[in-house]
Amino acid sequence: MRKASHKSSTAKVPSTIDLVNRNLAKRKRAEWRFRVYGIGAILFGFICLLILFTDIISKGHGAFFKTQIHLQIHFNPQRLQVLQPGAIEQFNNANYDNVIQDALFADNARISPALLSAVDKRQLLSLISTGAVYSLRETLTDSPGVLNQSVGVWLTVDDDVDNYVKSLAHGGEGYTGRLSQQQQSWVNRWIENGQVRQTFNTTFFTSGDSREPEQAGIRSALMGSLYMLLVTIGLSFPIGIAAAVYLEEYAPINRVTDFIEVNINNLAAVPSIIFGLLGLAIFIGFFDMPRSVPLVGGLVLTLMTLPTIIISSRAAIKAVPSSIRDAAYGLGASKMQVVLHHVLPLAMPGVLTGAIIGFAQALGETAPLLMIGMVAFIVDVPADLMDPSSALPVQIFLWSDSPERAFVERTSAAIMVLLAFLISMNGLAVWLRHRLGRSHQ
Amino acid sequence: MKPSALSIICACVWTLISAPANAMRDYIDVVGSSTVYAFSTVVAERFGKTSQFHTPKIESTGSGGGLKLFCQGVGMKFPDIANSSRRIKPSEIDLCQQNGVNEVIEILIGFDGIVLAQSKLAEHIQLTRRELYLALAKSVPNPDGSATTIDNPFITWQDINPRLPNIEIEVFGPPPTSGTRDAFSELVLDYGCHTFDWLAQMSEPQSQAQTSSREARTRKNQQRRLCRMLREDGAYIDAGENDNLVVQKLNANPNALGLLGFSFLDQNRDRIKSAKIDGFSPSFSSIANGDYPISRPLYFYVKKAHIGMIPGIEAFIREFVSDNASGESGYLPRKGMIPLSKSERQAIEYRINALHTIMHQ
Repeated sequence: MRKASHKSSTAKVPSTIDLVNRNLAKRKRAEWRFRVYGIGAILFGFICLLILFTDIISKGHGAFFKTQIHLQIHFNPQRLQVLQPGAIEQFNNANYDNVIQDALFADNARISPALLSAVDKRQLLSLISTGAVYSLRETLTDSPGVLNQSVGVWLTVDDDVDNYVKSLAHGGEGYTGRLSQQQQSWVNRWIENGQVRQTFNTTFFTSGDSREPEQAGIRSALMGSLYMLLVTIGLSFPIGIAAAVYLEEYAPINRVTDFIEVNINNLAAVPSIIFGLLGLAIFIGFFDMPRSVPLVGGLVLTLMTLPTIIISSRAAIKAVPSSIRDAAYGLGASKMQVVLHHVLPLAMPGVLTGAIIGFAQALGETAPLLMIGMVAFIVDVPADLMDPSSALPVQIFLWSDSPERAFVERTSAAIMVLLAFLISMNGLAVWLRHRLGRSHQ
Repeated sequence: MKPSALSIICACVWTLISAPANAMRDYIDVVGSSTVYAFSTVVAERFGKTSQFHTPKIESTGSGGGLKLFCQGVGMKFPDIANSSRRIKPSEIDLCQQNGVNEVIEILIGFDGIVLAQSKLAEHIQLTRRELYLALAKSVPNPDGSATTIDNPFITWQDINPRLPNIEIEVFGPPPTSGTRDAFSELVLDYGCHTFDWLAQMSEPQSQAQTSSREARTRKNQQRRLCRMLREDGAYIDAGENDNLVVQKLNANPNALGLLGFSFLDQNRDRIKSAKIDGFSPSFSSIANGDYPISRPLYFYVKKAHIGMIPGIEAFIREFVSDNASGESGYLPRKGMIPLSKSERQAIEYRINALHTIMHQ
């Protein structure tokens, strides 16, 4: 038995290279499969991103354009109720509704001279944005010479008309929404007469929130986010680095530092709403700061980003080879000189990456802001850290919950702005890493 | 690195310290209901643009959260006005008084309709509140007629009434924290429940002699639980606070119904339509005259002590109740608010004028 088996094995024993060759195809297949899994994972992510982007962009691009109609406005002093010549202050309180009304009726009479009923009049007026009066006020204040003259002016239309005109441009019947048959026919006539145009929607970037979609903009939210980010960067960056340097370079290893480390890691995983509650109790409750201001928002976000920054900074400092420190000590550098001249500059790319990821996270946060009153309707653009303001993600949330149809495209457009903000921040992180990495090699 | 970091820290600490603890606030601070938010913001915006005052700041915190903040006290750091989609509760009045908020002015501004919407493609459905109760309550009266309840057995609408279509009961609606849901429980489920005699009589004392107040209270609680609990087996689907999401879901699923605010129906008429309830479709007139049964009042509460302290409060109230805003052809009804009748508005205006004379004595 033994002999036989021995004999057969001597005859058939494969050499190592045979064994390797036999398995080679299988191993290559496994290798190939492994790579395909990886590519598949990336493709999956990419497709999701693509769907998200096409959805957001296809919904949101319309918000960057607004519809205007051309009207011949006669700045009649009687109708404006501007009676004293030369008194520019009167322009603020003048009755611009009257001149718009006159222009609309004159325009309409040209098409259908039939007398309009009261309902028709109201319907006709509601085609123009309620914000049109402010643009007329601006025209008149900027050039008081137009008083008593007839001027061609482009006026922004109401959001219902805006929706209708935009949906017509996409072909098909057009989304009529709340427009009556009569109103549609007026708008159609304007389109035929070439009185309607689409221009870049500067309002979206220059004005604050509004409940009229055609007047709504992201300026106040954007400024709120910027102020908060300034506070967060100004506080959490130095504090985070100081804490990381102390813990890595100075602190003795004992129970206390262990305890601190566990706590920091824990805090990094705490849901952000908890930081909002903390901010409410400390800054608003104890320090008596006002609600809804970017300063408090920035402080809360500082608390939220600190653990992330400390953890990533510690990792970056730890990664600096100890030979660098030893060499510096060998040349007689003090501990502070070692840290400031050698360790920190080398760790900077890693520290910055971690910090910017933390700030990007802070920029997209809404939950803690709810607690400190920043989920609010803010029209006036905040001028400093103590003015009430909202933030970009909050603005997106509020618009997504609004009944007006035209806010759908504005929501998506605001998301696009937020994404652009985030992409540029991450781009900055990559650039800084490259620059700092190069200069210290 | 070091000096710049230090200077930033110094700058920030300085800002912190110099942050005026109780600075003069020159804008009106409004908190409260997300439903009233939709209307309050419109008024605030116009007010900011047409008056010499700053635009009021309106926070959307929900009715309960808003009134809690409102009742924290009198002073610059407390809100001036609370929006609410329900009337203030006695417990909230107590809280206000504990904190020195003694005089609060209540102003009714209009109504909000709650509609049961369905996809435009769906077959039109007509329901009564009793049928809705049977479709959505967790436990329903035993069909054999005895005074007991069973777990809700109904799967399709037809199971409830042969007149109704043979489709599965599926209703999208807001979560329990929402005021819309509260109003629905009270106005539809509770009402439907009370159409069953034994359930309606449950809270009434059995025999007047012995029933202790404690027993009456437990009976009342039991009735409340039986009447207002929503079923949890998937027929009622919690769709979150966002009404636009409900519109999208209805669009995707023509068999489902959805609970929405009236303004969302008004804005999405190309996608959804409303179900008739108790024979009435929701419209401005049917809600305003009370024919359509599911609507709730919208209020705001003003801290009297703040009038004169914060500039513009009185002017803001006047703008809110003016003809131009809440009148029948004002700008708030255009946003979907159901206006009050002329006499109701006049009564409110009269009260505000009375306030005016008090303020100037």
